[in-house]
Amino acid sequence: MEKKIRVLVAKPGLDGHDRGAKVIARALRDAGFEVIYTGLRQTPEQIAEAALQEDVNVVAMSILSGAHPHLFPKVVELVRGKGLTDALIIGGGVIPEGDIPALKEAGVAEVFTPGTNTADVVEFIKNNVKL
Amino acid sequence: MDIAKELLAGNRLALSKAITAIENEYEEATDIMRQLYPHTGHAYVLGITGPPGAGKSTMTEKVAKAYRDQGKTVGIIAVDPTSPFTGGAILGDRIRMNSLTLDEGVFIRSMGTRGSLGGLSHKTADAVKALDAFGKDIIIVETVGVGQSEVDIVKAADTTVVVLIPGMGDDIQAIKAGILEIGDLFTVNKSDLDGADKLVKEINMMLDLDSLMTDWRPPISKVVASRGEGIDLLLADVEKHRSYIEGNGELNRRRTKRAKDELLDILSAGIEKRIKEKTEGRMDGFVESLKKRETDPYSLVSDLMGEMLK
Amino acid sequence: MSNEKIQEELAKYKASVEKAIARFPERDHLPEQRLYTPLDIKGDDYAEEISFPGVYPYTRGVQPTMYRGRFWTMRMYAGFSTAEESNKRYRYLIESGATGLSCAFDLPTQIGYDSDDPISEGEVGKVGVAIDSLADMEVLFDQIDLGKVSTSMTINAPASVLLAMYIAVAEKQGVAPDQLKGTIQNDILKEYAARGTYIFPPRPSMRLITNIFEYCSQNVPKWNTISISGYHIREAGSTASQEIAFTIADGIAYVEAAIKAGLDVDAFAGRLSFFWNAHNNVLEEVAKFRASRRIWAKIMKERFHAKSPKSMMLRFHTQTAGSMLTAQQPNNNIIRVALQTAAAVMGGTQSLHTNSRDEALALPTEESVMIALRTQQIVAYESGLADVIDPLAGSYYVEAMTDRIEKEAMEYIQKIDDMGGAVAAIEKGYIQKEIQDSAYKWQMDVESGARTIVGVNKFQIEEEPPKNLLRVDASVGEKQVKKLHDMKAKRDNEAVKAALADLKKACQDENENLMPHILAAVKTYATLGEICNVMREVFGEYEAHISL
Repeated sequence: MEKKIRVLVAKPGLDGHDRGAKVIARALRDAGFEVIYTGLRQTPEQIAEAALQEDVNVVAMSILSGAHPHLFPKVVELVRGKGLTDALIIGGGVIPEGDIPALKEAGVAEVFTPGTNTADVVEFIKNNVKL
Repeated sequence: MDIAKELLAGNRLALSKAITAIENEYEEATDIMRQLYPHTGHAYVLGITGPPGAGKSTMTEKVAKAYRDQGKTVGIIAVDPTSPFTGGAILGDRIRMNSLTLDEGVFIRSMGTRGSLGGLSHKTADAVKALDAFGKDIIIVETVGVGQSEVDIVKAADTTVVVLIPGMGDDIQAIKAGILEIGDLFTVNKSDLDGADKLVKEINMMLDLDSLMTDWRPPISKVVASRGEGIDLLLADVEKHRSYIEGNGELNRRRTKRAKDELLDILSAGIEKRIKEKTEGRMDGFVESLKKRETDPYSLVSDLMGEMLK
Repeated sequence: MSNEKIQEELAKYKASVEKAIARFPERDHLPEQRLYTPLDIKGDDYAEEISFPGVYPYTRGVQPTMYRGRFWTMRMYAGFSTAEESNKRYRYLIESGATGLSCAFDLPTQIGYDSDDPISEGEVGKVGVAIDSLADMEVLFDQIDLGKVSTSMTINAPASVLLAMYIAVAEKQGVAPDQLKGTIQNDILKEYAARGTYIFPPRPSMRLITNIFEYCSQNVPKWNTISISGYHIREAGSTASQEIAFTIADGIAYVEAAIKAGLDVDAFAGRLSFFWNAHNNVLEEVAKFRASRRIWAKIMKERFHAKSPKSMMLRFHTQTAGSMLTAQQPNNNIIRVALQTAAAVMGGTQSLHTNSRDEALALPTEESVMIALRTQQIVAYESGLADVIDPLAGSYYVEAMTDRIEKEAMEYIQKIDDMGGAVAAIEKGYIQKEIQDSAYKWQMDVESGARTIVGVNKFQIEEEPPKNLLRVDASVGEKQVKKLHDMKAKRDNEAVKAALADLKKACQDENENLMPHILAAVKTYATLGEICNVMREVFGEYEAHISL
C-alpha cells in the first residue's frame, strides 16, 4: 500500500503574485508530496471541484490582495460541501494577524504569514493531515 | 460510503475515492473493481502522448471540449512523472484544463508515476475502468511519452495519438524508436511555427521505413492547439481510425488481448502476493539449505507449488 | 603604481589575511573576492564604457546635470477603495510635497473586469482603486490639474482604455492631450513572466502596445508610453542580473514589434522608460542601474541603429523592494527602505516610490506613507548622496560589478535571442523557470540560514500583533457596484452599443489603430469590462504556461 499526501495548491482571486505559491509547491514536492498546482485566478468553485476530482488531503491557498476574508471561508464552505470532510485546508499570504481568528473560526486550519519557513508548512501538514 | 455503489449511481466523490483506492492499492480496491467490472467496456479510450513541451495538456483540453460539443462525456487521466529523488511530484496538467473544471460532464484526475512503473500501467487501466463504469463516453489518458512505462500506459488505449512539435531538432530521431511505433495517428502541434512541414515530411519518411506496416497508414494532422485550430481534423482522424479498427475486427482483437494481458497480470500479481505470504519468514531458511546443497531449487519449488495450490 | 607592483602587493596582502579570514563562515552569495583593486577594472576604457553623464553610453546617468539640476520625482504609488477615497489620498500627497502621482488600480480593473462581474467578488477596491468607467476617472482626478501634475498609472493589459479615460478627463478639464505628462506601465510581457495580470495572448497584446506608441507619438507626445518593468520580475524572485536581462529582452521585443509595424525607431524610442527594483544590496543595485543604462544604449545604437540620443537613454523609475519588507519587527523596514533609497539615488533614478514599513502586513497607513516620503526627502536634502553625479563611479568594486552584471545580462539576452526573442522564451516557460529557480534558491538559503534576514531568521523577538493597519471597508464592493449600475441607467445606451460595435470592427482589422476607437467608446461611458470583453471576443485570452 502506497499512501501519498496529495495537496492542491491554489490561488483564489485575481492576484498574480504566485512566487509564494510556487515556492511552496516545490517545497512540498521535495518533501515527497504530490502537488496539484492549478495556477492563477481560480474561483472558489473551481478550487473545490478540483479538490474533489483529485481527492486531495490538503488544500493550500495563497492570497496577497487582501481578498482572503471573503475567499478563504468560501473555499472552505464549498470544499466541505463537496463531502471532503477530512481535507486539511490551510492558507497563506499577506494576512494581518487580526484576521486570523476569524479565518480559523471559518475552518482554515492554519494561516501562514510572510517569513514562514516552508519546512514549517511541511511539518504542519505531516502532523495534521488525515490519510 | 459504499464506493462502488455510489460511483455507479453517479456520485463524483465516490469516483474520486475509487481512483484513490486504486492508486494507493487499498484492500478495498479489488472489491470495488469487482463490482465495477460488469459496467465497463462502453467507453472509447484515447491515448495522448508525446515529448515534454509538445502541448499535450492543451491538446487534451481542446479535444475534450470538442467531444463535449458533440454531447459526449469525458474522463481524463493525466500522468506526470514522480521525482525519483524525493518521491514527490508536481502534477501540473490541470492548469491547462481549468476551463473544464466546472463542466459536470468532465472528470479530470492527475496521477504521479510514483515508484512502481509496472504497477502504474495496471493502476491507470483500473482508473480508466472506474471512469468507464461511471459512464464516461470518452476517456483520455495523457502521458509524457519518453519511456517504456508510458508506452505501456497507452496500451490501455483504443486509439493512440502521438503529439510532436517542430523545432525538436534531432530529438525526433531519439524518440522515433520509442513512441513512433505506438502512434495510430500523429499530430503536429504548434504547426504555425517554422519547420512544421519539415516535421510532417520526417514523420512520413519514418512511416515509409516501417516494415511492420499494416494497411493502416497513420494519418498526420497539423494543429495549433492553443488556438483550437485543426482539432476538428484530429478528431476526424480519430473517427477514421475507430471505424477502421471496428470494421476489420482490430478493436475486438485489441480488447481481447488487453483482457487476456490483464487477466495474466492480475493472476501473476495475485500469485506473487500469495507466494510472499506463504513464504513469509521462511525464505532465508530456503536459501541457506540451497547453499548447503541440502536440497535443490527444483524440488523446493515443486513442494511449494503443491503447498500453495492446496 | 604599476599593475605589476599592485599584483605583487596584492599577493602579499592575500597571504597575510588568508589565515585570519578562514575563521569567518562562508556565505555563498558574497562576491568572489573580498577586496577589489585597480586590477579588476584595468580593462575598462573610460571614454567607451563609463564616459560622462548625458553622454553615450550613459553609464553615469542620462542627463548632464542629474540631481544638480533637479531632484528625482518623488512619486508615491497610491490608490485603494473608491475613486473618492483615492482622490483624497492624492491631494494629501500633493500637499505633502509629492511631485508626481502614481495610481494603483484594483485587480478587476487591471484584468479588465467590471466591479459587478462575479469574478471580481472580494477584490473590488482591495489593492488599488476600482475604475469601471470614465465616471470613476472623473472623480479620481477631481480638483487635480492634469495640465500640471505628472501621473503614472500601473496598468498593463487594459492600458489603452485607462489612457483613453485619462485623455477624456483632461479634455473635460480643458487640458489638451499634448500637454499631458505621465506614464502607463503597458508592459504585458512581464505580466506573462512574473506579475500575472494579463488578458489577451501575446500577438494582439503587442498590437495594442504598438497602437499606443503610434497614437501617442502623434497626439500625446510628452507621455511615456511604456514602463518596461523589471520590478515585478525581481519581486518574483529573480537576481539583479536576471532583472535587467529579462526586462531588456522584453524591451527589445517591443522595439522590434514597433519597427515591424512600420514606426521609425527614433519616433517612439525616446518615450520608452524602464522600471527597476531597488533591493537590499546597495552596491550591487547601484552597479545594476549603471549596467542597465550601458546595455540599453549599446543595443539601441548598435542593434536598432537609433540616431537620436534620446532613443539610447535608459530613463527609469524605481520602487524599493516590497518583497524585502518583513512582517516581523516592521519598523526595521524603515531602515531597509532608506538603504534602498540610497541605492536608487546613487544609481541615478529619474523617479522613486518608497514603500511603507507596514506593506508586508496590509496597505500602508497615512503615517507610514509620510515616513516613506520623508525618507526620500532626507536622502535628497540631508545625506549628501545626491550632491555629485554618479558618486560611486571609479570604485574598483562597483565598476567591476557593473561589468559583471552587464556580462551576465548579455549572456541571458543572447540566449533569449537564440530562442527567438522574449515572446518565444516566455511561451516556452524559460524566463518563468529561471525566475522560479532563483526564488526557490533564495527561500532555501533563508531557511538554511545561509542568508540572514534580520528579525526573520536571526535576532527574532516576541512581538505584539501590529495595530492600526489600514482596512479597506468591506462595503466598498457593494458601493462600487451600485455606482456602476446608477451610471449605466443614466448613460446613452444606444451610443454605447454603437461605439462597442465600431470597436469590434476595428479589432478585426489588424491595420487599424485601436486608440481612437477606444477613446470614442470611453466617452460614451462604456465600461472597462464592456470594452475589454469586446476585445476578448476578437482576441481570445492568454493561457498561462507554467512549468515548476
